[in-house]
Formats: sequence, structure tokens, C-alpha cells
Amino acid sequence: MIAELLVPFSYEYMLKAMWVSALVGAVCAFLSAYLMLKGWSLMGDALAHSIVPGVAGAYILGIPFAFGAFFAGILASVSMGFVKQHTRLREDAVIGLVFTSLFALGLLMASIWPMSVSVQTIVLGNILAISNEDVVQVAIIAGVSLAVLALKWKDLMVTFFDESHARSMGLNTVFLKGLFFTLLSACTVAALQTVGACLVIAMVVTPGATAYLLTDRFGRLIVISIAIGAITSFVGAYISYFIDGATGGVIVTLQTLLFLVAFYLAPKHGVLAARRRRMELAGAEA
Amino acid sequence: MLTQPTRVELNPASALVAGISVHGLTVTYNNGFTAVRDATFDLEPGTICALVGVNGSGKSTIFKAIMGFVRPSAGEVRLCGRPVEEALKRNIVAYVPQSEDVDWNFPVLVEDVVMMGRYGHMNFLRMPSRADRYKIDEALERVGMSAYRSRQIGELSGGQKKRVFLARSLAQEGRIILLDEPFTGVDVKTEAAIIGLLRELRAAGHLMLVSTHNLGSVPDFCDEVVLINRTVLAAGPTAEVFTQVNLERAFGGVLRNFSMGGTALHDDADSRRLTVLTDDERPLVLYGDQPGVRDASNARPPAK
Repeated sequence: MIAELLVPFSYEYMLKAMWVSALVGAVCAFLSAYLMLKGWSLMGDALAHSIVPGVAGAYILGIPFAFGAFFAGILASVSMGFVKQHTRLREDAVIGLVFTSLFALGLLMASIWPMSVSVQTIVLGNILAISNEDVVQVAIIAGVSLAVLALKWKDLMVTFFDESHARSMGLNTVFLKGLFFTLLSACTVAALQTVGACLVIAMVVTPGATAYLLTDRFGRLIVISIAIGAITSFVGAYISYFIDGATGGVIVTLQTLLFLVAFYLAPKHGVLAARRRRMELAGAEA
Repeated sequence: MLTQPTRVELNPASALVAGISVHGLTVTYNNGFTAVRDATFDLEPGTICALVGVNGSGKSTIFKAIMGFVRPSAGEVRLCGRPVEEALKRNIVAYVPQSEDVDWNFPVLVEDVVMMGRYGHMNFLRMPSRADRYKIDEALERVGMSAYRSRQIGELSGGQKKRVFLARSLAQEGRIILLDEPFTGVDVKTEAAIIGLLRELRAAGHLMLVSTHNLGSVPDFCDEVVLINRTVLAAGPTAEVFTQVNLERAFGGVLRNFSMGGTALHDDADSRRLTVLTDDERPLVLYGDQPGVRDASNARPPAK
């Protein structure tokens, strides 16, 4: 029984998948702490879908997928700006329009031209079959992002909480916001490999949202969020070996389960705690 | 009665004077809208100055120019004789935001917010030293919020929320403090406490620029007033600038105006009129030409 549970650790591809997933999960969770507080959560989704044609193109041409994703990301933001400037459409309509168009283009490209990975791999991710070159790319992206965030998390917090105050102490808030979105784009690309374009949004929202229910301090929120992201991703990759299921689906399901636990049982912000407070209040009045 | 802003030519000597000097400031946004044109005023340290004008008159643009959010298309702003960017890096400016501009659901405690005031004094990792911790204890004590230091900021009342951000500006130790609508949504007791604190800071040589709609409290605590409507209409001592004529010019009929005189008010030959001017907060009451002053410490002898 025990021996059976340890089987995944004896395969190099499983070890690689678990560690890469944990790293990507951690850095996405770090970003989620900021993203969900600003009401920008869906931008992660838009970004992940928009870069699909870039990734598909990169595989077709045989260049590193990060380059393709980068160009597609720029194309997406430029076209969103262009459409917005020349129409009276609302921002959400423009985002919806542009990211679905690019996503469709990506699917089309992948089905017309032959390439080394399938459409399914891009949309759903396939960390179990990740190539060594891709592991290097993902590890560099995630590692550098984690390092930058660890150094700058307080400056980013001030910028996101109160931009005027950040200015008043001489911080370059435009640069810091640009830095954040650069990291977000890079990590979205990395997460594409583990959970696929459709589920990236969960990786950059759910851990932060769960941690938000558990603490009132931003520093702790980041730590809890990273722990959730890293552990669910590691365990998710591990479990997917046994059930032969899509890794992304397992990781995101685990994250959702943790969210539900926090949603009901969080000591201060949970549903049950709120009910208990209401009861006590009613009891005190009676 | 109208005081025109005096234009002072910049020379090396005046550049050393501490305070805010705005000279010929014009701000045109990217969409071609000129929010402020050729605004000029100078403020000395040890002053409380009100920035008064209708919504859209350029109050927030002037704040933004002082904070370096917008670049002047002409003219310049100098803080303690330094260009804006340099002054900001030296923590010369502290900013107290409007309550509605703050995300009260943000996961920070009262003490975390006050600690942010110290960030500019820390190294690039923002690690607080013992001195920084002492300064936030002191700032919280001074605004009477020590007992609430471990509360999440959304759990506070309107007045308490204001005090937290005032404490942050104290912890930041800026020589210049910008306050954006500090009396909105605040009870009378807190308003008095804020004014008391501003007077203490004035005595310590700080310069405070207060954007406010609360016309009635301006004569209570402001030494100077800058009246704006897309440019500076008048700037100078409150008694000279804060008059009915100037206010009507600044607000151009937007103010609620109620005036009473003659036999409706007096049974003798007193020719003074009672005038009530209000934007949307505490009204300004003028008896004759003089603002009615609520607080004795700033009161002037009545006109006879």
C-alpha cells in the first residue's frame, strides 16, 4: 500500500511535474494576492486566452514558447487599446471580444498546421509530458518572478492600496504597476504549461481569495496564499498520476475545495462565524 | 477687496524658502483639456491654507501637480525650494486621502497603514527599525487610536478612519501635508480634534494645504485661502480673501446663498446683513463683512 503511494516519486517525469507545478502554483498565488484585491481578476483570464496563438505559433516555428506568448500578449493589449479608442464599446466588451478572437485564432492555427504539441495540451496543459527545454523556461520565469516579488512586495502593496501615498514617498508607481503586469503575463505563460489556458485564471485568483477569508494582514495573506498555491499544485500533480486525469483539473479542484472550507469555517470571515455572531447578537438583545 | 495673486519672479534666494511655491502652473491633460491655467501662489511654513473651489475647478489637479502625478505643461511647482520629484524622495510631502478613495476592505490593520508612513524612511526592503516602531506608537497615541491598532481598517467609524490616515502623515514626518476633504463624513468631535491637531502641527512649523467644501470651518482654522476656478482667483490671508464677493466669484452661483438684513433682522439702524453661504457642508455665516467664527482661539474682534 505504502509502496504504491510512493510510486510517483520513483519516476523522473512525475518528480519534475510535481516540482514545476509547485513552483508555478506558488508564484501565481503570490500574484493572486494583489490581483483579486484590485478587481482585475478577469484580466488574468483574458491574458491567458490571448497568448494561445502566440504559443501555437512558437511551437509551429520551433522557437521558445515564451517569445510567442510575449508577442501575442502585446498584440492583445494593442488591439484592445485600438478597439477601445475607436468605438464607444465598454471595456468588458472590448476585452471579451479581443481575447476570444485571439483564442479562436490560436485553435485554428494549431489545427491547420502540424506541430509537436496538440491543441489539447495548450488548452488544458500537460505538465506530465513537459519537455526539458520547457521546464527550464518555466523555472526561469517563475524563479525570477518570485525573487522580484519577494523584494518588492511592500512597494507593490503600498501602490495597490494607496497610489497617492506611494507617490508621496517618491515611488515610481507607473513603473511598479508595469512591473506587476509584466510578471503577471510571464507567470500566465508559465501556468499555461501546468494547467492550460482555460484554468490559469483559477491559479491567479483562488489562492488569494481563500487567504483573504483567513487573515486581515497583507503579509500573512501572501504567505497563506503561496502555501495554498504550492501545496495544491504539488499534490494535484501527484494525484493526477493515480486517477490518470488532467493535472490542471485536479489542482484547481483542490484549490476550490480549500476555498469552500475557508468560506464556511474561516474563524472571522466565514459563513458560520457570521451566523454565530448574529445569534450572539440576537441572544444579547433578547 | 479682491486680492490678485502677486507674481514673484523666481530668483536663487526665493528658491531656498521652505514651503510650496506654484508659479504660472498650467496643466493640460492628454485629451487637450486644460484643467488649470497660469496658477500662482506661495505658501510659507507654519501655515494652514484652504484650497477652495467648485468641483472641477482644478483642486485635485493642483494636488496632483504637487504630488508629481501630472507634469505641468507650463510653469513649475517647488516644494521647500526643490523640484517635486526630489522633494518627494526626501519625504517632504504627506498625503491624507479622501475617505472614498480608500479601499476599506484591503487586508491591512490600523498599525500597518501607519507603518506605511515610515516606508520612505526605510531601506529598499522596507524593514522597520525600532525607531520606526516607536514613531508609529507615538503617531497612534497622538490621534487617540492606540486602542484600535489591531483592527482591520474597515471596522472603524468615519472619524476613526480619518485619524488613522492623519497618524500615517504624522509618522511620515512630512513638512508639507496635503489633506483632501478631511471633514467629509466626520462627526463634530473628530472635526474639532483634527483642527486641534492641525494647529499643533502649524505651531511646529508644518505647512498644511486643505482641500475642503466645508466653507464654515475655513475661518475657524485657516490662516490663508487659495480660491480657484481653473486658475487662482485670489490667494492670501483668510480675512482678505474669504469674502462674499470673492466666494461668489469662485463658485459662480453654485453656492446656496441666503441673505437677510434691514428690518427683517434689526430694529435699529444697523446696516449689516446676515449672509449664509453654503456649498454642501457646514455653511459660512457672514455678519456684515466678517465671517462668524465659532472658536474663540481664532476669533477676530467684531466689526463696528
